[in-house]
Amino acid sequence: MSDASLALRQVGYTNKAFWRNPASAFFTFAFPLMFVVIFTSLLGSGDLTLNGVTINLSTYYVVAEAAFGVISATYSNVAISTTFSRDGGILKRTRGTPLPAWAYMSGRVIHAMILAFILVAITVAFGAVFYSVTIPTGLPLLQFVITLFVGGLSFCALALAITAIIPNADAAPPIVNASILPLLFLSGIFVPLGDNTPQWIITVGTIFPVKHFADAMRAGFLPHVMVPTPTGPVQAFPFEWADVLVVALWGVAGLVLAARYFSWEPRR
Amino acid sequence: MSDRVIEVRGLRKSYDDFEAVKGIDLHVDRGEVFALLGPNGAGKTTTVEILEGFRNRSGGDVSVLGNDPARHGVELRRRIGIVLQSTGVDPYLTVLESIEMYSGYYPKPRAADEVLALVGLSEKRDVRVLKLSGGQQRRLDVAIALAGDPELLFLDEPTTGFDPSARRLAWEIVRNLTELGKTVFLTTHFMDEAQYLASRVAVIAHGEIVAEGSPQTIAGRNHRLTRIRFRLPPDAGGPPSIDGIIQEDGVWELRAEDPTSQLHALTSWALERAVHLEDLEVSRPSLEDIYLEITGGEEVSA
Repeated sequence: MSDASLALRQVGYTNKAFWRNPASAFFTFAFPLMFVVIFTSLLGSGDLTLNGVTINLSTYYVVAEAAFGVISATYSNVAISTTFSRDGGILKRTRGTPLPAWAYMSGRVIHAMILAFILVAITVAFGAVFYSVTIPTGLPLLQFVITLFVGGLSFCALALAITAIIPNADAAPPIVNASILPLLFLSGIFVPLGDNTPQWIITVGTIFPVKHFADAMRAGFLPHVMVPTPTGPVQAFPFEWADVLVVALWGVAGLVLAARYFSWEPRR
Repeated sequence: MSDRVIEVRGLRKSYDDFEAVKGIDLHVDRGEVFALLGPNGAGKTTTVEILEGFRNRSGGDVSVLGNDPARHGVELRRRIGIVLQSTGVDPYLTVLESIEMYSGYYPKPRAADEVLALVGLSEKRDVRVLKLSGGQQRRLDVAIALAGDPELLFLDEPTTGFDPSARRLAWEIVRNLTELGKTVFLTTHFMDEAQYLASRVAVIAHGEIVAEGSPQTIAGRNHRLTRIRFRLPPDAGGPPSIDGIIQEDGVWELRAEDPTSQLHALTSWALERAVHLEDLEVSRPSLEDIYLEITGGEEVSA
């Protein structure tokens, strides 16, 4: 069997184990879908002023929770499940077989990416059916898909990097949540960062990858919303490659750290 | 030249300032069950993990199935099976799925049904790993190690934590493996395990091999003095006058160079006086006695 087909085969086993584990199926998959339903039900009829224009809060939340879905399926899921496998000696056993390390890791990453795409598809379909969210087409769709790819892979890399500071499986969920939850709040995933958000929050959001990722995703849904300026109307939510680049740089940093510090053996 | 499976010369491993393995020599031939015995912290696990390619050595030559584990890890791992204490299986896959997943990594795997039968897990094939008992999980460990039909199997303390019946079963499994022509490298701190399974034993202590040989002859065990022990009833009228007899806690003990004649003298004395020799026992030093002697009496089990 070729290494690539070994990696794909690994996706199948990862997938089986994922759905049979109630904790991963619930927290990784059901959680982001619950959030989009709760936020849109609570606040979806309202409006939000952002970048000088008024948009539906329902659109805002559909995009934000789609971003949350990607982060949940890649960052949280990969970090926690990999730590459990490391602690349970599954990674060490795999190292004792001829399966190349990259094939094993690709299996996990590909599975996480598939989950992320499914979560985004369900979230966006929900938004389209119940809140008339416009699904991206044409160039914005392409940019959106690239953003998803780069974002998902980058968050997978960061997930593998953070496992290096997680001492054991019990510590995995709290450490992962502590590293991502504050950032989700400071990046407008749960509470929109309107035009009068304190500067320090904007600054924090600008340093880390979550806000850039969500901004790049949002551009795909609102390409035609214009804001008037003295020189004529411009896009209120332009797609910026710089956002994708920041996310990718974080991903590369994660990959470098993971390559240096990732452990296949339980830490004692 | 005989069929060498493992050849180790001058193997050294240091962690910072601590020298865990201090230049050991080892060899294992095809079809042998070789046991590396030693107390905890003696360097057993370090040695075996270097042979398996998990750790890099600090010095010396190592050849396993003709490969240097530090350089040709993948080639080597196609031909070996590893059972470690610290490895696990995904709890949410079934027994059969686990074996099939691992078989897929090998060029010439053994059929899953055969592997299951070898370790006695055929009835559990569709049970999730989560639901297996501890002993069944260890048997699954062995099954997975066999999935690739390895030539050489590493078993790192395979029965630690087993109850006596589970140990017997595990031993039978290892015996079955040798009938299949597998070479087995076993580490253990149980003397009876080494005695029952191994054709050759090496004892490691403080990072050095301190004795090597068959379980029957290691460290001159076959030449050691036979020990004769017994108790005397209170009215026996003193012990027989035999050279070297000593008493401790009411037990008389005699180290016999020539057990046949000394036993004869003892029993003749007893018969003449109609004395009953209570708890009469004639034994050679056990492997455990030898082991305690050569490792300096360090603890035997964890």
